Amino acid sequence: MIVVRDPRPALNPSALMGRVIVACRDAIVAQEAYLSDLDRAIGDGDHGINMRRGLDALAAEQHRLAGMPLSEAMSAAGTILVMSIGGAAGPLYGTLLLEIGKGLAANPSAGIAEVFQQAVVAVARRGKSAPGEKTLLDVLYPISDELMNNTRLPLLAGKIQGFADMTIDMKAMRGRASFLGARSVGHMDPGAASCALLCAAICRELAEADVA
Amino acid sequence: MTEERENVGIVIVSHSPLVAKGAADMVRQMVGDSVPLAWCGGNPAGGLGTDTGAILKAIEEAWSEAGVAVFVDLGGAETNSEMAIEMIGKGRAARIIICNAPIVEGAVIAAAEASGGASLAKVVATAQELSPS
Repeated sequence: MIVVRDPRPALNPSALMGRVIVACRDAIVAQEAYLSDLDRAIGDGDHGINMRRGLDALAAEQHRLAGMPLSEAMSAAGTILVMSIGGAAGPLYGTLLLEIGKGLAANPSAGIAEVFQQAVVAVARRGKSAPGEKTLLDVLYPISDELMNNTRLPLLAGKIQGFADMTIDMKAMRGRASFLGARSVGHMDPGAASCALLCAAICRELAEADVA
Repeated sequence: MTEERENVGIVIVSHSPLVAKGAADMVRQMVGDSVPLAWCGGNPAGGLGTDTGAILKAIEEAWSEAGVAVFVDLGGAETNSEMAIEMIGKGRAARIIICNAPIVEGAVIAAAEASGGASLAKVVATAQELSPS
């Protein structure tokens, strides 16, 4: 893939939106089999294909999304993921984006860290889960903390995989993996893995565009 | 459509269309057409999984002003059902309850209760007696 560095000032927002969506889709497509392998170890083995379906649906709508104000685009993207993923990941990722959209609409002057933090809390509520239970929350909460601490995006991008790695030693308390109890220990959570791939891809794209 | 719309509706959501349809067949055998009933199963691509859009459609199909009791199998079915209920809008969401009960036994018992005209709360409570909490 050729990385084009745009002249400053940064890209217009709609071009950036399209670019972020494509980067997310590419990140998932490149690791689709890996995500399903992780899920086969402690779940039902369909996380890769489910996420692929969601990101393909998002990519198919990228031009429509890029034409919307950011808050509306986030909400629309959330609905697309809910309707296309077809597993618990759908409502979880969907809720994240829907809540970010809602947060941006309610308070346009709020910082992204604050909006993101509230959206992560909404995801935890949707999943009836908390950090430490071997889920994507174990990636989202540390990212939220880093954003609150104003960590710069290139630095944050480099830390994210480490958050997913932390789920290897955790015992699953939610979802299909929890049926395995102690046997879930030793495997990375597939939701944490996909979440790390997506968030790192987004951070890299935004850093590239010099947004933060 | 000959359903008695005053009776509580029943929705069955499974990861497998065969399980959902089978459970719905058992409900029909018990209560005939006296209870609004709909089922869905499978992900948007037709594989095993759940589909929020299909759940929304099933709730619409089984809608009753008396409310709808939803029966789910595994976690994703519950999470997607909760999402669907949120998307259907506040007015009706308050009259839709996901039951903490086994999907087959719960749906059959709930339907039997519903066919006698019981309220949503009673239908749900009867099904949930199957799951000691």
